[in-house]
Amino acid sequence: MTDQSDGPVSGLLHLHPRDNIVVAIRPLTKGEMIEIADARIRVPRNLALGHKLALRDISAGDDVLKYGAPIGRASCDIGAGDHVHLHNLASRYTVIQDIEGTNA
Amino acid sequence: MTGWPRADGRKGIRNTVLVAYLVECAHHVCTKIARPFDETDVQVIGFSGCFPSDYGQEMMEALCTHPNVGAVQLVSLGCENFRKQELADLVRASGRPVNLVTIQSTGGTAAAVAQGREWVTAQVDALRDAPKVAMEASELVIGTICGGSDATSGLTGNPAAGRAFDRFVSEGATCIFEETGELIGCEHIMADRVSDPALRPEIIATVEKAARYYAQMGYGSFSNGNALGGLSTIEEKSLGAYAKSGSSPISGIIKPAQRAPGGGLYLLDVVPDGAPKFGFPNINDTAEIIELIACGAHAVIFVTGRGSVVGSAISPVIKVCANPETYDRMAADMDVNAGRILRGAATLDEVGDEIHDQIIALGQGAQSKSEALGHVEFVLTYKTAAGPEPGCHV
Repeated sequence: MTDQSDGPVSGLLHLHPRDNIVVAIRPLTKGEMIEIADARIRVPRNLALGHKLALRDISAGDDVLKYGAPIGRASCDIGAGDHVHLHNLASRYTVIQDIEGTNA
Repeated sequence: MTGWPRADGRKGIRNTVLVAYLVECAHHVCTKIARPFDETDVQVIGFSGCFPSDYGQEMMEALCTHPNVGAVQLVSLGCENFRKQELADLVRASGRPVNLVTIQSTGGTAAAVAQGREWVTAQVDALRDAPKVAMEASELVIGTICGGSDATSGLTGNPAAGRAFDRFVSEGATCIFEETGELIGCEHIMADRVSDPALRPEIIATVEKAARYYAQMGYGSFSNGNALGGLSTIEEKSLGAYAKSGSSPISGIIKPAQRAPGGGLYLLDVVPDGAPKFGFPNINDTAEIIELIACGAHAVIFVTGRGSVVGSAISPVIKVCANPETYDRMAADMDVNAGRILRGAATLDEVGDEIHDQIIALGQGAQSKSEALGHVEFVLTYKTAAGPEPGCHV
């Protein structure tokens, strides 16, 4: 499905050419500038490994794509470089509860 | 590899004596019977419920006649509803020694423990010299599960497990992936992979059933730890989980305690048909592992990102750690460090080969980390039975 085994380890991973998000593959620090897939992203906040940033602007209602497949829809407009998570990405299937309020 | 031959033609890579309670009231006696023995030799399983359960009966039958099992000590309180004689007869017919101790008629806890322990001791001694025969990879049944997932699970561990599955399928082994509730969002992609077009609507229906079931439960299969690890939706988690199925054609759908009809890749449908009746399909990872084992799995590949430590009764669990930070903290629990892919230190193919080779090593006498640590987790709860036609969905 994905093959990220080649290429340098930059801190962000673009899993599939169609994807409009990139994934942190190490902890990232607020303010870091990272070049990925013809874009330059300023990391908006400290981020743990595995979290997602928007590669480009995503309009409310648009599919968020990872592995080249939709993982939900943008629940509001998302700007390039924004953290993409429970606050702006909604499942088309099951409501995800932020149980401890720690994932905003 | 070598394995212990069974009367039904299957071979075991372990030769364990099971001590099985047929109601919770007999659980303590089983624990006491097993206490002097190493987990490698003697393991406790059982069904806690007192009310009748066709699912519980089918699962216990499948587990007590699993190829990794050499002998079975059944422990009954005496008044529970479990059809114990039927189970004992079935185990005996499978060619395995079986002993049934009923606590009420034996004279209580101490007498039941003494009688059970004497029999189990004799079985452990007898099994020590049991002859083994050559075993091929094509004779293996392997399950895969992911638990304690984070976003690395879908980046490293699951795709690497998928590579291992592809190798095993090409070698003729039977590979089983599962948790349709964690495949929500992948059903159409998955349906394009069937070997028989007739299976296509069944794949979609199976996942839609899971989505409905979880919606009625009020929760998806999604934990706060998943979100802390960066996963935002069930679809995202699903696509990451789906990667562990590899890229082989899907040969069929099986139900818990059913055996696949042959080699190939099978989807285990863990969600019961009909309206939710007994709660969540599987209350934790161990319940899923036990269902894979009840389908005959000799070993289970467990991909974890957050860091699960579980093993299992009956069949060894190979722990594939997807997250390099987790691996650094918990290396003693992890068999494979798939997280090094993120650090550029290995490729998916290399880690896939490592998983494959560690499974083969289990059949050559090696122990998994969770086995060596004595993990023998077991969970079996109520569920709607799959029905009387094994393999009918294939």
